[in-house]
Amino acid sequence: MRDPENPHDEAPGATVELAVADMQSALSDRGAGLRDHLPGIEPERQLTDWGRSERVEAVVDRTLYEFLYRYWFRVEAEGIDNIPADGPALLVANHSGTLPSDALMIAKAVKVEHPRRRPVHLVTEQRLGGVPGVGMLCTKLGAVPAHPANVRRLLFDEEQLVLLFPEGPDGARKSLKERYRLRTFERSPFVSYAARAGAQIVPIAVLGAEEALPRLARLNMLGRVIRLPLAPTVPLPAKFKIRFLEPVDTVDPRQDEDGLAEDIRALIQENLLEMVAERRSVWLG
Amino acid sequence: MSSRRILITGISSDTGGLLAQVLEGARDVDVVVGVDTKDPRHEFQRTEFVRVDTEEALLRRIVTAAAIDTVIDTRLIADPLAAPRGDRVQEVNVVETRNLLAACEGSPVRRIVFKSAARYYGCDQDDPAFFTEDMGRAHPPRTPLERDIVEAEEALREFASANPNIAVASLRCADVIGAELRGSHLTLLGLPVIPAILGFDPRWQFVHHDDVIGALAYAARHELQGVYNVAADGVLALSEVASLLGKPLLPVLPPWGTVFAGAQLRRIGLPVPVELLRELRFGRGLDNRRLKSSGYEFRYTTREAVLKLRAQQRLRPLLRSGSDSYRYEREVEAFLRWSPSVRSAAPREPPAASAAGNGPRSFDELSEGELIELISSLEPDALRRLRTYESSHARRERVLDALDQHLARLGSTERG
Repeated sequence: MRDPENPHDEAPGATVELAVADMQSALSDRGAGLRDHLPGIEPERQLTDWGRSERVEAVVDRTLYEFLYRYWFRVEAEGIDNIPADGPALLVANHSGTLPSDALMIAKAVKVEHPRRRPVHLVTEQRLGGVPGVGMLCTKLGAVPAHPANVRRLLFDEEQLVLLFPEGPDGARKSLKERYRLRTFERSPFVSYAARAGAQIVPIAVLGAEEALPRLARLNMLGRVIRLPLAPTVPLPAKFKIRFLEPVDTVDPRQDEDGLAEDIRALIQENLLEMVAERRSVWLG
Repeated sequence: MSSRRILITGISSDTGGLLAQVLEGARDVDVVVGVDTKDPRHEFQRTEFVRVDTEEALLRRIVTAAAIDTVIDTRLIADPLAAPRGDRVQEVNVVETRNLLAACEGSPVRRIVFKSAARYYGCDQDDPAFFTEDMGRAHPPRTPLERDIVEAEEALREFASANPNIAVASLRCADVIGAELRGSHLTLLGLPVIPAILGFDPRWQFVHHDDVIGALAYAARHELQGVYNVAADGVLALSEVASLLGKPLLPVLPPWGTVFAGAQLRRIGLPVPVELLRELRFGRGLDNRRLKSSGYEFRYTTREAVLKLRAQQRLRPLLRSGSDSYRYEREVEAFLRWSPSVRSAAPREPPAASAAGNGPRSFDELSEGELIELISSLEPDALRRLRTYESSHARRERVLDALDQHLARLGSTERG
């Protein structure tokens, strides 16, 4: 039985960790040599093997993302150079809001500001795939269900940028009162994902998203029926600031993973508080 | 490589029959014996057919008497629509697999290649995007068919750990695309309009039948051991498959109550397997890199397999009539094989799958247009050889005309 008073209850996190460890040991014999056997790209196709559609993505990017990025949220990004030009990296950010406007803006920022315009793969909740229409659209836009093997393949084999919210669904469930106070990172074995793939972790602090889509009510019954939390359908035009922080190396897999996760959480929290303290207005920045 | 004495089960199926044709064409294979309960539908040069039930004692006698060292098991029924009518699927998939394995125990057999199916992994919302061989199922089997496949693989695993001196390979094949095959996905894609579940565009992966046969032959000849996924490169969205086939995709199945809708369709006589309904929702992708890293090269990608299917679907109405189907007659086969009056069997062209790789295409495979384009780039010698080859083989008039014209033009320029 879990102890509701103790936020550091490790039971669920520990089982996830165990499963990951099992899987990784099973995968360890599938060394880097298998990377050479990844399927080649067929130029005739417009979809990747993950189901990501260039065409759908381009259309949404040119219209919705562009509008939100430039005019609605007026995103300011700093420290974009902390995203490596090549090689795998796990992007880790604070999460909020019922619609992942923070994820979209981070991905757009990397696409707009980064010299290599690298695509970002967003890790989403697995149950999203079961929601008709929504799951299909997310897949087409480049979202990947949060399965350890998926993250592993993207980071280790395909050497991509992967964006993950270690707070998990808890982050989206934060009320307006609790904004910019990070939930525990212990539920997500993200450090071991990165360490086992030899990827750097780039912590990201996002300011503004937590005011743009506040969770309005806790309507559990209704939420269970429509399977999505209740929130304003149009995000409020808060000013976004995205700060990409110095990459954290995970080369030494012996180091304490929980400790590293806690360090990264503290780093993001610290930067968030600093950014909140600096800003004069939620809407104007 | 040492010589091989191979037993193939399920020889009267397309996979078993074509596999036997490939293996009997290989020089390092000594003996090919095929067993099944029905007569084979393919003509063999030297494959011996024994009509036998998968009964342990009988199989053991055959295996021991023929000193079989390699058993290739192609019987597994992986699709409810591929099951022969009146056949009990569980009997074939589980009981007979156990019988066969028991017959191999303590016999000369040193290698077993088992054709399994990707349905082993099931099809669920929390599946990984690409199954690797080490991943088990996240959930217990949901349908009788899946349960059978899981049980068969379990029997195989137990057998492998109890008999460490026998190399056991299990090939989990994705949905197969092939000319003569039947299967729920082939039936679905054969419809003039492809039905889909509203709000879902599942990721599907196929493997061409040639690659299944090639992989089975490869596993038998290269002593593969363990589990291998057999699936072509590339995972397509169902919408992509539909557009490749040139058919509209119609999301008519409701996203909620799909199983109920499926039951209604079954009631009015449309066979809609439960597995297919799940695959229409979530799809499945396999990681084929273990087989590729063992050295096997796939002939087709998933996209190319779908394009092959398109060609088959368009040609089928033309080819249905006038097929010279082979009929197995025991006396005739015995006469052809053993009678001293028979001079020599006509050498058959080795089937394409024997190449087990991306061999160069022969002239016969090129279309008329492609050939005619090619002509202008050829040397006169090569042209003359092509002229004799074409006139003795395909005899396509347009090609012959073009060749003659070109040769005549060349002749006139040489003289002039």
